[in-house]
Amino acid sequence: MTPPRRQRRTPRQAPPVPPPDRGTATPGGGPGPKGNPERLFVIGGEGGDGDEGGGERADIDLVTLIVARADPPVSATPEQAALLRLCAAPLSVAELSAYLALPFSVVTVLLTGLLAHELVEARAPIVRQKVADRLLLEAVMHGLQRL
Amino acid sequence: MTGPRTEDRLPPTAETAVKIVIVGGFGVGKTTMVGSVSEIRPLTTEETMTQAGIGVDDDFGSPTKTATTVAMDFGRISITEQLVLYLFGTPGQERFWFLWNGLFEGALGAVVLVDTRRLESSFDVMGKLEERGVPFVVGLNAFPDAPRHPVDELRTALDLSEDIPIVECDVRRRASSRDVLMTLMRFLHSLAMTGALT
Repeated sequence: MTPPRRQRRTPRQAPPVPPPDRGTATPGGGPGPKGNPERLFVIGGEGGDGDEGGGERADIDLVTLIVARADPPVSATPEQAALLRLCAAPLSVAELSAYLALPFSVVTVLLTGLLAHELVEARAPIVRQKVADRLLLEAVMHGLQRL
Repeated sequence: MTGPRTEDRLPPTAETAVKIVIVGGFGVGKTTMVGSVSEIRPLTTEETMTQAGIGVDDDFGSPTKTATTVAMDFGRISITEQLVLYLFGTPGQERFWFLWNGLFEGALGAVVLVDTRRLESSFDVMGKLEERGVPFVVGLNAFPDAPRHPVDELRTALDLSEDIPIVECDVRRRASSRDVLMTLMRFLHSLAMTGALT
């Protein structure tokens, strides 16, 4: 039996590498092809710098590790308080999204506000670079070998 | 609200995380693979996508704007006290995965799981990974009644260059899933050594 055939493709452009995020707010982008998806929720509370949360959003990856720096203040919304309690120990944004049952983009909005008030710390993920860090790859290999 | 079980908490020393994405056609075993190597019970995260004029679905109301929820299962492997690896599986709705900002661009690489009974269901995702310059390896998930093609025949059919690893696997088995991930890591390492990683 002859299997169906595919034709390979080539890179269209240099892949955009997300900048390392240390909680610095960057423009969220419009509804253009590369912009963030439009937010469908309005429970984010304060977004970036008090601009109703629509324009500024911290650059947060699914695997950015979040750690609470303080107990929830009395002014915290229920969602913010729940998030702060969850990340008493480091937890990825993906895990926060799963445990809070909130979409990823909603969690990033919540985190943008909490980062602005220094209630959480964001530990940036390592993203793929032009030349990957060999030591990092070797560390992952050693870890996998122990599985 | 539930939180992580005590044994699922990361140590306070956890500093950095990396991710690998597992892709492939419907029912090919992506979630099974995540579950077989993860140290935590796999979790699900989702994202709500709104894109103008993206789809042809009739189910979403307005013909010019569609809102779709894309869910992803994921698991976790602690590598060291400082370093954590996350594995993301991408169930269904494959044309929406690539709208998820940063999912692929930030990943170390990808595993394309292939069911040899439905080879063509993996074509599009391989093409998209190539377009984005995301390095990947191919795992042939062993289904009992799947036709067994020689690997070089599959390489020709998939139009993959000689350096891209193609490995057989049974993702229900932890050791087999681990070996696929090791194959990806060795491939990434070889790219790093030759400086070819883009």
